[in-house]
Amino acid sequence: MSQGANELHQLSLAELTQRLRDRKVSAVETAQHFLARMREHQNLAAFVNVNEDVTLAQARAADAAIAAGNAGALAGVPIAHKDIFVTKDFVSTAGSKMLAGYRSPFDATMVARLAQQGAVTLGKLSCDEFAMGSANESVAVPAVGHRAPITVRNPWDPSRIAGGSSGGSATAVAARIAPAASGTDTGGSIRQPASFCGITGIKPTYGRASRYGMIAYASSLDQAGAMARSAEDCALLLSAMCSPDPDRDSTSLDVPPEDFSLKLNDKLDGLRIGIPKEFFGKGLAGDVRAAIDAALKECEKLGAKLVPISLPRTELSIPVYYIIAPAEASSNLSRFDGVKFGHRADKYTDLLDMYKKTRAEGFGDEVKRRIMIGAYVLSHGYYDAYYLQAQKIRRMIADDFQQAFKQCDVIAGPVAPTVAWKIGEKADDPVANYLADIFTLPASLAGLPGMSVPAGFGAGNMPVGLQLIGNYLQEAKLLNVAHRLQQATDFHLRQPEGI
Amino acid sequence: MSLSFADISRIANLARLELAPAEGERMLAQINDFFSIVEQMRAVDTTGIEPLSHPTMAAVCGEAALRLRDDLASEPDNREANQKSAPAVEGGLFLVPKVIE
Repeated sequence: MSQGANELHQLSLAELTQRLRDRKVSAVETAQHFLARMREHQNLAAFVNVNEDVTLAQARAADAAIAAGNAGALAGVPIAHKDIFVTKDFVSTAGSKMLAGYRSPFDATMVARLAQQGAVTLGKLSCDEFAMGSANESVAVPAVGHRAPITVRNPWDPSRIAGGSSGGSATAVAARIAPAASGTDTGGSIRQPASFCGITGIKPTYGRASRYGMIAYASSLDQAGAMARSAEDCALLLSAMCSPDPDRDSTSLDVPPEDFSLKLNDKLDGLRIGIPKEFFGKGLAGDVRAAIDAALKECEKLGAKLVPISLPRTELSIPVYYIIAPAEASSNLSRFDGVKFGHRADKYTDLLDMYKKTRAEGFGDEVKRRIMIGAYVLSHGYYDAYYLQAQKIRRMIADDFQQAFKQCDVIAGPVAPTVAWKIGEKADDPVANYLADIFTLPASLAGLPGMSVPAGFGAGNMPVGLQLIGNYLQEAKLLNVAHRLQQATDFHLRQPEGI
Repeated sequence: MSLSFADISRIANLARLELAPAEGERMLAQINDFFSIVEQMRAVDTTGIEPLSHPTMAAVCGEAALRLRDDLASEPDNREANQKSAPAVEGGLFLVPKVIE
């Protein structure tokens, strides 16, 4: 093995890319190193599907491309994908029994684009079933090395949740099992687990990254993004992820690809950071508040100005989101009927009975609840009072942000009201889980880019994430603020014990 | 507002979900709990507000309709691969239980 290979997992994405390009380490050695770490940390339950033969074949191809001098920007870099993206060569389950063992005939656009850049797929990461959840407690397929479904563990304290729905992605990156991972964010599913696991995660503007091949939950909200240790690494990965996909995703924005690394080092002098008072109310835990306040002080030291703003409908975003997302889910998930793919019940009397039994067996509790809520608010007599009313308030929430951005350049606050809670603590109380999404939902409803940046530690020495929200297409600005903050702090470099 | 068990049964039928009675009871309690946080939304005055179905279309691109592409066949015939994961297939067709006697 080449010198230094034993510390490959400590390298940044940029360093690893350079080392691969300089042929100081091969893509095959790199893949083997991370696969070994994956096996070593199986107890964290981050991965649900692996295929080492495919991973190593992709690594050999990357080595050949590097040797031939025609390697892409991410040649040989191992990336793990949330199991909500379909992949030809790995089973794709969306964390659901409905899709146990499912093999897609094609790769999601996002997966294909990273592969074109030479990235090597390490495997598929655990998530809440169909990305519906904030704790990874509703995953319904077993993790690699486990026989039964198991909640992803937080590497900082394995008795706590990693967050959700991209919990596997956050844990894999925090535990240095993958240098970077893909995630998806519908109501906070990148930002919240990134915050809980002390890594950096960014959800771009709705429409920037293709949704083709992302198993749909709530189509007007679902957005792919990047999860890595630093803003610098996120910028590298996000640049490869975002480009128009006009033929396959009708909501894909016609915006040219951007190199999000270019403005990382811009000075923050005079930057106006909006502080929404609604994000600092009585629901915010004191330990989280202390870490966020300290991070904001750091931003001031770097030249930024804090400006008080208001997002008056922050609390309303909870019912609005939990009406709109389930409505879209009930429609999207109607495709799982036991006919074209996925699970079919063994015993049934007729077609209708087959649908009902198939769906009863294939879906877990949280998915059923959301389908039921969605079917109800879309049904005759309730549509105007719930669904349409929610869509109207959604516009008011989007307008509130545009008012706020007249006074500031970016918005900052906590990602979540508390640090990661104990596994099981809220498992039987769906509404308690919904309420904890309060700070991530507004940006999701407006379609704005948002990120989580490690900002310190709270109770139980658990990580706290600072949320940054930008106006449309301002991803580079968010990454710039995050990068400058990471040049002045070392929270993103800390790692859990035993990792 | 509060749902009844009959509402739950009706929605389950609409959603094509078989619910055991105990499951239905549990869901009734959870969904009613959820609708208690929805009430605040119903009190908001939204007179004259246009519903927003796609965030970015409004904010970045103006109120443009979703883009349409030309109606041309762009995908190759991939029937075999696409049916590989189907529960029951015969002669390139998806099989379902008999619908017409």
